[in-house]
Amino acid sequence: MAATPNAVQRLNALAGDGVQRVYALAMNALGLIMEPAQKLLGVRRMAYLFVLPNLLVFAIFILFPMLLNVYYAMTEGGNLYPQDRPFVGTANFERLYTCTDYGDPNTCLEDRFWRAARNTGVFVFFQVSGMVLVSLITSMVLNRKIVARGFFRSVYFYPVLLSPVVVALIWKWILQRDGVLNAILVGVGLDPINFMLDGTWAMTWVILVSIWAHMGFYTLILLAGLQSIPAELYDAGAIDGTSTTQAFRHITLPLLMPTMMVVLVLSLIRAVQMFDEVFVLTGGGPGSATMLMVQYIYMTGFGTQNPRFGMAAAASVTLGAVLLVATLLQLRVGRGSERHLA
Amino acid sequence: MFHRRSLATLFATLLVGLLVGSALAQVELRMTWYDDGAEGVVMREILDRFEAANPDVKVVMDTVPYSSGILESLPLQLASGQGPDIARVTNLGGLSQYYLDLRPYLSDPGYWDENFGPFLDWMRPAGSSAIPGFMTQLTVTGPFINATLFEQAGIPVPEGPTSWVEWAAVTRQVAAATGTPFAMVMDRTGHRLAGPAISQGAQFLDADGRPAIDDPGMRYMMQLMIDWHADGTMNPDVWIGSAGSYAAGNEFFVNAQVVLYMSGSWQVGQFTNLIGDAFDWVVVPNPCGPAACTGMPGGAGVVAIADTDHPAEVARVMEFIAQEENLAEFYGRSLFIPGHLGLASSGVDFATDSPLAAAALTAFSQQVPLLHPTAYAMQAYPFNFVVFNAIRDRLTQVYVGELTLDQALERIQADIDEALREAGAN
Repeated sequence: MAATPNAVQRLNALAGDGVQRVYALAMNALGLIMEPAQKLLGVRRMAYLFVLPNLLVFAIFILFPMLLNVYYAMTEGGNLYPQDRPFVGTANFERLYTCTDYGDPNTCLEDRFWRAARNTGVFVFFQVSGMVLVSLITSMVLNRKIVARGFFRSVYFYPVLLSPVVVALIWKWILQRDGVLNAILVGVGLDPINFMLDGTWAMTWVILVSIWAHMGFYTLILLAGLQSIPAELYDAGAIDGTSTTQAFRHITLPLLMPTMMVVLVLSLIRAVQMFDEVFVLTGGGPGSATMLMVQYIYMTGFGTQNPRFGMAAAASVTLGAVLLVATLLQLRVGRGSERHLA
Repeated sequence: MFHRRSLATLFATLLVGLLVGSALAQVELRMTWYDDGAEGVVMREILDRFEAANPDVKVVMDTVPYSSGILESLPLQLASGQGPDIARVTNLGGLSQYYLDLRPYLSDPGYWDENFGPFLDWMRPAGSSAIPGFMTQLTVTGPFINATLFEQAGIPVPEGPTSWVEWAAVTRQVAAATGTPFAMVMDRTGHRLAGPAISQGAQFLDADGRPAIDDPGMRYMMQLMIDWHADGTMNPDVWIGSAGSYAAGNEFFVNAQVVLYMSGSWQVGQFTNLIGDAFDWVVVPNPCGPAACTGMPGGAGVVAIADTDHPAEVARVMEFIAQEENLAEFYGRSLFIPGHLGLASSGVDFATDSPLAAAALTAFSQQVPLLHPTAYAMQAYPFNFVVFNAIRDRLTQVYVGELTLDQALERIQADIDEALREAGAN
């Protein structure tokens, strides 16, 4: 039977009334807790009560695992549960940092850790600088009134939507011995190149693929930053006869600096944490030429038949500390440039 | 009307109750499995028969990739107590701490001692009389060659004792004559390298039974591998291009991109299906060195896991699969060398009309008497995977110039010593 408009209105009123009653009931129930709590704690301390649920989630899922990881870093052996693991204090860290010459991984007890550290340094430097540069150029181009601007904005963002594993598999297919790129090279009369069997080539491609996969995201952030710069500033600059280069140096770059800092921090953290794409693309090889820190941690703790959880935890504590220092430094520099701008 | 509706409701309630009741009464066991070929299909059929005869037990097969599933994930699952009830493993001794001793649950433990006795020692600590499981196959490592390529090149296949250097030379000639990209390929594992190294005189274990890697035999074999990767004899995609873990070279052989493939008997079933008669694939005797002409024994076993909540049901499943007629069917249809002494002596009727497969299985069987005692000792050594993995990873670093051979040998020994120390095996 079809409902008449009156019936619908009555239904809505009933539903609205029901919702209001449930809401009132919930608030009354909450009041039973909050009112005595407010009397007990006082109004000013009530803020802590409100953030308590969030803090609990943070403590259980972030803080506790972090502390547990630090404890694992001070234990050894193949047992999984902490209570079954012998406590060894700082022995894992001592082993990790024992080197005759820090520039030569072969002189270190844990040579793979230092190879991974060196590879990560190279990867982060070139990937982050390349990423920022390419994203900046792309965002500036996309900020202009070019033909099919919407289409190009979508195209550059598309790889961000792909799973990192899919990205790596696509590029593996392109770069392998019988891959698309070598077919093209042979097609134009050149010799094929074993990109994945040469350390330098492999690292170069790992960096390029990573930039390709993620630049869309950072381009979008920078584009938003560019669009927030008032057009009047450029108009005023044009009246004063500033060239395009001068406008970029003295208007665009300083006003974009806070956004650039966000991009820098985000891309740096992402680059240091890089694992999935590289692991699928090269497996860390050839040899250990593209093994990054997170892969070292994974391989030491999980990717082997004789896991060394303690050493993996020690390496991850080290990585966390480096990341923390780098982020704090960047934030400090960022605040400095913001003050300078003000 | 009311009467009919009530009856229908009653019937539906009873039916649902019956279904829920039987589902609740049914024990579900999980078996972690991997496939070399299509043997999982045969195992599933055997399990289906078990389930038909035992409706109170359901066995779910979780088929996983060998490298990531069996070698990497399973040990972690077992360590965390979250493992399956039954698993198919190749690291027989290394995971023995997690195995269930089936002996108290078996109706006839004598059958197991009699038919699986020597292989049970591979699965249990020294001196233990536990029965953790049985072998799904015995394996022997050895080389396959693409005989059609030899024929096309007009080069005869070497006969009689032949060294690795001679095989490398002749397969290079065949590859050059036929335009085949590579002469040889070897699975990326220290296990596959062990046979050739023992043939050259590598000892692996010292007088106290501890791993000792650096000796002239090992150096010689490693240097050959380094040279073959440098001069393009060996396909570099497997050892150099697959960092971090085990990698098989079977795809290159199946696609006729190599002349010789160093692998083992477990490939026979797969090659029968994938190559068929597209070209003649032939097993040749393990190449010789001054010490032996040996491959490595090995195999995979199905083991019961100690953390299971249903040990009695697990034992029933294991007893059913391990029955002689079921294993005869499994080995025969999977083209696996039997790991059951009764079947090994009575013979298995291999379900193939491929003369290539039959010849390959015969050739591998003929390799068994030639296996060197050191090869058996290494197979029985519970931390053999530590040794093999260290050799695999460090040797690859030599190929790409990260280490010299001397440095690699030092690192291999250091890696093994550190792993044994952490495992409390010193």
